[in-house]
Amino acid sequence: MEEVSARFVAQKISKARWRPLPAAALQPPDIFATGSWDNEDNRLALWAVGELGSGEYLGEPQLLCDIGHDGDVMDMQFLDQERIVVASSTGSVTVFRHHQNNQTLSVNQRWEKAHCHVDQDTSCGGAACTGVICNNPEIVTVGEDGRINLFRADQKDAVRTIDNADSSTLHAVTFLRTTEILTVNSIGQLKIWDFRQQRNEPSQIFSLTGERVPLHCVDRHPNQQHIVATGGQDGMLSIWDIRQGTMPVSLLNAHEAEMWEVHFHPSNPDHLFTCSEDGSLWHWDTSTDISEKPSFLHQGGRSTAYLSHNTINQSVVCAWLNNDPTKDRMEITNLIPNQTLSVNSLDVLGPCLVYGTDAEAIYVNRQLFS
Amino acid sequence: MEEVDVEPPLVVVPGADPACRQLCFEWGPAEVLVCETRFDRGGGGDAAPGSSRVFVVRRDQDIYIQTLRKLFNESHGIFVGLQRCEEELAGKSRRAQLVQVSKNYRSVIRACMEDMHRAAAATRDPALHSQYSTQVSILSAMELIWNLCEILFVEAAAAGPLLLRLLDWIRLHVCDVDSMVREVLSSENPSKHKLFWNVVDVFVLQGRMDEARHLLSKEATANPTSMSMYKILDDLMMKMPVPNLGNTQTLTELELKWQHWHEECQRYIRDGTFASNPHMESICKILGGDENAMLEKKELLTTWYHFLVTRLLYSHPTVKPMELHFYAQSSMDLFLGEENSPEPLDTILMAAFEFELHQVIKECSIALSNWWFVAHLTDLLDHCKLLQSHNLYFGSNMREFLLLEYASGLFSHHSLWQLGVDYFDHCREYGRVYLELHIERIPLNTEQKALKVLRICEQRHMHEQVRSICKIMAMKALRNNRLGSALSWSIRAKDAAFATLISDRFLKDYCERGCFSDLDLIDNLGPSMLLSDRLTFLGKYREFHRLYGEKRFSEAAKLLLMLMTAHIAPCSFWMTLLTDALPLLEQKEVIFSAEQTYELMQCLEDLTAGKPDKQKLLVDDVETMKVEMLRLALARNLARVIVKEGTLEGS
Repeated sequence: MEEVSARFVAQKISKARWRPLPAAALQPPDIFATGSWDNEDNRLALWAVGELGSGEYLGEPQLLCDIGHDGDVMDMQFLDQERIVVASSTGSVTVFRHHQNNQTLSVNQRWEKAHCHVDQDTSCGGAACTGVICNNPEIVTVGEDGRINLFRADQKDAVRTIDNADSSTLHAVTFLRTTEILTVNSIGQLKIWDFRQQRNEPSQIFSLTGERVPLHCVDRHPNQQHIVATGGQDGMLSIWDIRQGTMPVSLLNAHEAEMWEVHFHPSNPDHLFTCSEDGSLWHWDTSTDISEKPSFLHQGGRSTAYLSHNTINQSVVCAWLNNDPTKDRMEITNLIPNQTLSVNSLDVLGPCLVYGTDAEAIYVNRQLFS
Repeated sequence: MEEVDVEPPLVVVPGADPACRQLCFEWGPAEVLVCETRFDRGGGGDAAPGSSRVFVVRRDQDIYIQTLRKLFNESHGIFVGLQRCEEELAGKSRRAQLVQVSKNYRSVIRACMEDMHRAAAATRDPALHSQYSTQVSILSAMELIWNLCEILFVEAAAAGPLLLRLLDWIRLHVCDVDSMVREVLSSENPSKHKLFWNVVDVFVLQGRMDEARHLLSKEATANPTSMSMYKILDDLMMKMPVPNLGNTQTLTELELKWQHWHEECQRYIRDGTFASNPHMESICKILGGDENAMLEKKELLTTWYHFLVTRLLYSHPTVKPMELHFYAQSSMDLFLGEENSPEPLDTILMAAFEFELHQVIKECSIALSNWWFVAHLTDLLDHCKLLQSHNLYFGSNMREFLLLEYASGLFSHHSLWQLGVDYFDHCREYGRVYLELHIERIPLNTEQKALKVLRICEQRHMHEQVRSICKIMAMKALRNNRLGSALSWSIRAKDAAFATLISDRFLKDYCERGCFSDLDLIDNLGPSMLLSDRLTFLGKYREFHRLYGEKRFSEAAKLLLMLMTAHIAPCSFWMTLLTDALPLLEQKEVIFSAEQTYELMQCLEDLTAGKPDKQKLLVDDVETMKVEMLRLALARNLARVIVKEGTLEGS
């Protein structure tokens, strides 16, 4: 049975991220960061969970330190073990440093107007920075103004800015390769941008079939770089193969409302996690070794959808691409028993899952695959 | 207008001075706006009117207290769970379910109290400390009242178990004596402690017989001379009949046994068995139900309701719920005496003992500054089917009224508005209207917040609100020149008029600059192109340019013609389209057929003939030249095509 610890934190959580583990680490992650939104005084906080060094077991996540943040936390990512990059609804991007000796957070660097509307005289309101992705030391940000910025940590000015990269809002960004990024926007397009090229045009554009439903999140398969998953406003999960065609390979009807985040598990990419405005968090499992997991089949009290008919010898080709519901076996589990408000964010690392909701609570599950 | 129950409290607005500027005010949903007008009083004409300040006076401070947010969120979860849970269960299981819900609410209050207590202990600011301490006492009073309501109304304990529940209630809530108890119990020689007898009295007053006997045994071993007296007292205490929950004895049996025991107590008192030891004597008197003996221990009882329960324990253990109020009133009078008047908490508890539900709710509403408590309690009592649905004079019933007030209060908070939505959902009469009005007034500073609000509206089929929110967001996007965003908002609202506006903007840009901006958008419109005619035209026109660029001239020609003849193109654009036809007409190869050329000529005539009064179009040299060139090109094309078509058929 899984063990979920919860904590009410008196602020709506917009993002939750595990601190990355050092390369050779064996133990599960124990520190995560959360960002809040919709408060007059938003905060970025660091929490500890699991066992402290002294071996004493912490039931609930414990607050290590926090710091005020100007504007809603729109997106967040750890740059390295000590620095966190946070995107704000005011259009600024801030790098915070966590001082481990005295457990405090401080501002390391800030780019104030990373995103803003061009014509300041006629513009109406600010432009939020909606997505941030890091590949130390490079930081890429996208925003409501349709701009893409490439920053380098410790450099004051942007290395590269693509103005008006998109006529609509860019919702999320992720790295495809070290010099290429993927963005999704609010007219249902997935674009690849190559920073080696000087022109300010995407190198490829993919779009959904049918209705141009806005896409909210994107993630790339950790090992196979041509496989990309996106989540849309209608809750649909799309899997794309960017080597071929301009349309998604499979469309899976998932949630009943906007899908906010999609994550491939970094070390077990047969597992995918999505969370949504309808308050559910789904675990998609295409690994075929069902015999090793009898627990999944006998769980009561969770809704388990089971799409399969017969088992196939899975070849080396990725299960996600072969995803034909009539042939392949995929298990989808809702990890939240009684859902109320939106689950805004999730993160998985190793056996641990953390997610934050609009009901002002954070939940940690440290035994995801038991 | 009814009479006011209590004097309205005076609120001083710091900074607002009616002596120097005249003030005006306006009611908001949960606050009052007070602002300075331009009329200034006093000071003659010297006072230069500066800028006016606006003060926002909020009545409900509580929703801004950080530690209470946990209370609001957790109770929201319990509330929604209660509304959703099955109504099919009836009788005992339903009651057990409702009691569980009540216990959940209480544990949430307790958890919040503990957090508040910790915060009070941790803070160094005296003002904050006193605020937290006040909150702790308010929360503990709330829990006290809720617990009593749970015993009397939700669980509706019958005679017998009622007393046990009341005893539990007292033991849980009278904790002023706890530290004394701990001190004595942990001392090395309890019986020598100066507060020893106080603690024994406390145990007896709270009906904790076993613990009292345990302590007394210590005294007995230390003091062998009183061994005989001790044995009698111990025996008496052991034999005391108490109601039990197991239903193994009926009320009459208990009544009988108890009478018997009571008489035995009285006998010992009359005989003066304990006369040599005043402590034991007073204990025996208490056991015999002597009120004066109990009243002597006022500091140990601390409250009149403790006195009430002790009294009931030792004189009427089989009290029925409906008889409670007799004893309650007299207990309060006896305990408080002449000089003390009842506090609000006392009035509320008294109303509960009298089973006056409405009075309880009314008194709580007056005493507490926030609707949280009464809204949730009333909702629970309503589920127990205890509130008659008498309508208040403005239409809805009490439960709904309180929930609406509470949820409106939540909506005035910048962040808790999301909880309010679910409360409105469960108010059948006015919930939807309130929600419609409130949800439009939430400030939308980011697109993500707008999306969440939109999702709430769409799930409840509030189409007006969806349209209005999308229009606001689309207009903002348009002003910021984000045409793609604006289009995506109008697609969401299926707003054809706005889509037309955006397309006109694109076309205007094209006319001014000669090329399209945001090609990635126009090229990929997909099915959303059909949202509005203008948008369809834009898409098709772009397609025409693409076909021309790919040198697929005949298809381009057909498309161009279709745009005009099918009236997809707006009239204002026809000139541009015809001008676009010029290069096609001037090609070496004949592209337009005779039929098509005639149609083009028709279009041109329609265009020029249609505006007899607005000669300005033709007066302009460029325009005249264009028309001339077109006429010439059309004529030449016609000539060539007639020849070509005639020739093919021949040989």
